[in-house]
Amino acid sequence: MNTVVAQLQRQFQDYLVSLYQQGFLDNQFTELRKLQDEGTPDFVAEVVSLFFDDCSKLINTMSRSLERPENVDFKQVDSGVHQLKGSSSSVGARRVKNVCISFKECCDVQNREGCLRCLQQVDYEYKMLKTKLQDLFNLEQRILQAGGMIPQVNIS
Amino acid sequence: MNSGSCSSLMDVGYDHHHHHGHEELHVLAVDDNLIDRKLVEKLLKISSCKVTTAENAIRALEYLGLGDQNQHIDTLANNDLKVNLIITDYCMPGMTGFELLKKVKQESSYLKEVPVVIMSSENIPTRINKCLASGAQMFMQKPLKLSDVEKLKCHLMNCRS
Repeated sequence: MNTVVAQLQRQFQDYLVSLYQQGFLDNQFTELRKLQDEGTPDFVAEVVSLFFDDCSKLINTMSRSLERPENVDFKQVDSGVHQLKGSSSSVGARRVKNVCISFKECCDVQNREGCLRCLQQVDYEYKMLKTKLQDLFNLEQRILQAGGMIPQVNIS
Repeated sequence: MNSGSCSSLMDVGYDHHHHHGHEELHVLAVDDNLIDRKLVEKLLKISSCKVTTAENAIRALEYLGLGDQNQHIDTLANNDLKVNLIITDYCMPGMTGFELLKKVKQESSYLKEVPVVIMSSENIPTRINKCLASGAQMFMQKPLKLSDVEKLKCHLMNCRS
């Protein structure tokens, strides 16, 4: 038995489980992983990459809308939050999604300060998740390069 | 629920010359969110469906030949374009999924019989009932999972019996 592969697989499994336990990911990420097959081995990486690009764009747009206190376009911000909430929910980005829930509440009552705080938080969370998932994908690559298979991880 | 609304599924085996996968459902998936479009496309492809995506209701109507000038493009006669199922997000800028549903159901062509499924991230009973009352086949809660699409296919197949 190839212990290098086994070690890497163990590392991958532990890391992925920790991401769920720390609340970065939820069940929807598991669902996303189910859709990956031999024909589309990069599906998850591609979707999350699109998600992170989307985060960046939406955060920029919302930031501009919130810039001038006397002229905030809350409709625009609300639209951005709606998009972000939807995307984060669809990929299992739990912390990002949760910030969006608070963000929407601030938007509904036209609380600019609250919105700015949420904007900052959502920026922090998506970047944090991006780093974590990059580490995860790197582990995957190392397993594959060592000739191993990515383990199916069951999250209870 | 009108069992006739699934009759379009019976038409799938119409053209054996052009359709290699003549058991394949051709689904038109409408969603303004790119990530959700990717997800629903993958879910449907894994379930052996042919998928066309549209980023808004207007584009969807154009694809169905119900564009602004009400042009019924010749390609509608081309069996490859015939749609067996429409799955659409409810909340979209411009025309909503609900408005799209109503437009499709108003048609006198085969489109009236095409099942329309509404998706939404929000679970609002009045919204769901409104869609079902206007002829939606089914309502699905986002985010979508593989088991949802499997349920959908089962539901559509059961309609035939």
